[in-house]
Amino acid sequence: MTAITTPVPAVDPRSKREVARQTARNEKDAQKRLSSRGATLVAILIAILWTIPTFGLFVTSFRPGADSNTTGWWTVFVNPGFTLNNYFEALNSGGTALSLGQSFINSLAITIPATLIPIAVASLIAYAFAWIEFKGKNMLFIFVFALQIVPLQMALVPLLSLFSRGLTINGVGIFPGFALRDVDHSFATVWIAHSIFALPLAIFLLHNFISEIPGDVIEAARVDGAGHGQIFFRIILPLATPAIASFAIFQFLWVWNDLLVATIFAPTSSLPITQTLNSLSGTWGNQWYLQSAGTFIAIVVPLIVFFALQRFFVRGLLAGATKG
Amino acid sequence: MSFTGNRRLIAPLALLGVASLALAGCAEGGDSTDSGSLEGQTVQIAGGITGGEADALQATFDQFTKDTGIKVVYTGDKSFEGNIVTKVTGGSAPDIAIVPQPGLLKTLVETGEVKAAPAAVEANVDANWSPDWKLYGTVDGTFYSAPMLANIKGYVWYSPAAFKEWGVEVPTTWQETLDLTKTIQEKTGAAPWCAGFASGDASGWPGTDWIEDLVLRQSGPDVYDQWVAGDVKFTDPEIKDAFDAVGEILQNPAYVNAGFGDIKSINSTAFGDVAAKVADGTCPLTHQASFLSANFLEAKTASGETPTVGPDGDVYGFVLPGIEAGSASIEVGGEFVTAFSDSAATQKVLEFMSTPEWADLRVSQGGSISANLKADPSKASSPLLTDAMKLLQDPNTTVRFDASDLMPSTVGAGSFWKGMVNWIDGRDTDTVLSDIQAGYDN
Repeated sequence: MTAITTPVPAVDPRSKREVARQTARNEKDAQKRLSSRGATLVAILIAILWTIPTFGLFVTSFRPGADSNTTGWWTVFVNPGFTLNNYFEALNSGGTALSLGQSFINSLAITIPATLIPIAVASLIAYAFAWIEFKGKNMLFIFVFALQIVPLQMALVPLLSLFSRGLTINGVGIFPGFALRDVDHSFATVWIAHSIFALPLAIFLLHNFISEIPGDVIEAARVDGAGHGQIFFRIILPLATPAIASFAIFQFLWVWNDLLVATIFAPTSSLPITQTLNSLSGTWGNQWYLQSAGTFIAIVVPLIVFFALQRFFVRGLLAGATKG
Repeated sequence: MSFTGNRRLIAPLALLGVASLALAGCAEGGDSTDSGSLEGQTVQIAGGITGGEADALQATFDQFTKDTGIKVVYTGDKSFEGNIVTKVTGGSAPDIAIVPQPGLLKTLVETGEVKAAPAAVEANVDANWSPDWKLYGTVDGTFYSAPMLANIKGYVWYSPAAFKEWGVEVPTTWQETLDLTKTIQEKTGAAPWCAGFASGDASGWPGTDWIEDLVLRQSGPDVYDQWVAGDVKFTDPEIKDAFDAVGEILQNPAYVNAGFGDIKSINSTAFGDVAAKVADGTCPLTHQASFLSANFLEAKTASGETPTVGPDGDVYGFVLPGIEAGSASIEVGGEFVTAFSDSAATQKVLEFMSTPEWADLRVSQGGSISANLKADPSKASSPLLTDAMKLLQDPNTTVRFDASDLMPSTVGAGSFWKGMVNWIDGRDTDTVLSDIQAGYDN
């Protein structure tokens, strides 16, 4: 009888250790290579290259207009000439009905409510979609989600028509329309428009976050006698703060940088900074150097918002990305 | 714990409350059109004019507001041509729009919101403008819009000082222009012409002005009119001749692009940037409308001074000469004052803007000219603009409106612009011409 010899898997402790050591070495190697002097240098180089255009704009904003028109900004190192005139001129001459300073205030008046309104509405809707059972919930959610696909340009004319002419169906007046055209500083139309355009994404993002909150927490609250109101304000809102904050950053930046929606919906006295900035260079583009100064005035607020809420920013990019 | 809870509860509620209050408050704003007197009424004007030109426009209404009590608010918007159509269809039109293209006026009239010009305005236009100008503001036999300002397209900007130094004269025929180009090229050894076609979404339009100028000069106003109407096609020999003539300069590597690079650099040069090169002497000749004078205000000569614009100064312009000497045909551009409201205040403003007094007010603000026959040319801000105004008012001048502004927008603001860019990029003339013509089918 011959014994059947099964090949014993050769677990040689020495080679095992060897593999482990090799892996560790590889990892360290990769880490070292990525954080080596060369890699850091490349990273810094890319960062510098990336910043050069912005830096050029920054330099231009301090150069006298005649200099900017004749020579490139880099010649400033050989032939320095600086002035704050561009900033004064940009702030006080708008090239349209408003100066840049006035429209800066308008931008704040547009952006803050246009960020808060969609958050208030969307968090309530997201809660309803996540934690209240009703018929056709999924269909409705898909419908809201699908609305993101509709380009907002398509809604401009109908919405504007609704605002200015109102809505009448079969002779029955349903909504009279706003008579806002000659009213100074009316922002209602812009707020509503921005809120409407923001809602689909806001609902989607917040829903994904809110539906991730463990059901046990909500069950427990319900057992303790909490209604929907209490659950929403005491549990959902505090827990969803990171998602809300990250959406707030996106919405704030988007509204602050928006030109189209405001140009179409805002009355003359309520135009935002983007519109003034656009007009600053003049009909024939002969004052383009003022735009460089105007840009840096306009950039201040987004920078403050970004740095204040920075820690939510990356989290916001991942919001809804991890579905457990 | 309960404190935080309460705060969480209150903040959003307060927010909603504030938001709804604010919305309600804004919605209650009444309109002021029901008062009997015009005092205190506001007339909104919108247009594509921005920057210093907008300030100058607004300033012309100062005295008017003092006299009549009607407030005039002008809003400039760089994307005016696109946005005005949206605003008008959405029912949110301004009282008055300043429309820079007769083609756009036609589009606006089709929305049914444009009001025909009041009788007083029509009477003013009949008395103060040549019949051609009235025609540009007329759609399907109804007169809608009075002309506002004008500019002359076919100027060649040059340096009188450099001309004196080279011992050359301002040419009086097209052939002399070509000879002059050759002379300068031989004297300096560098390219004599510069051009810039880049203008954002509208890139290529400076090229259309070149072609239009040559069509008007080579083939005459009748062919030009048929071309605008679409009866003469881009593929017809008259138009190809114009492209070939322009090509003698713009497609010749020895003649362009002074101060910027080779032929293709024309496409990457912003149309306003050529002013700086003309001012500092690197570019002896460039073809651009009278409004380029605004770009010289912030330019520098070689010695670092602000250039003087004058027949003996650092820069000046001559009208691109015709094929034969003495025949003045010029291509012009301009704006048209279009009303969307027939309120008494709006009519009053319209009437005011069609008077020679208003033209004088605006012209004396500087930088622009009017084709109003009764306006005073001596009020223009430079000798060049004074000459330009005299030329516009001269009954012997053949005046034609910018063809690309009159053509349907798929051609005039579409395939024609793109065609010019492709032509500079090296596509052959026949392909370019059939590409442009294809714009009519879009």
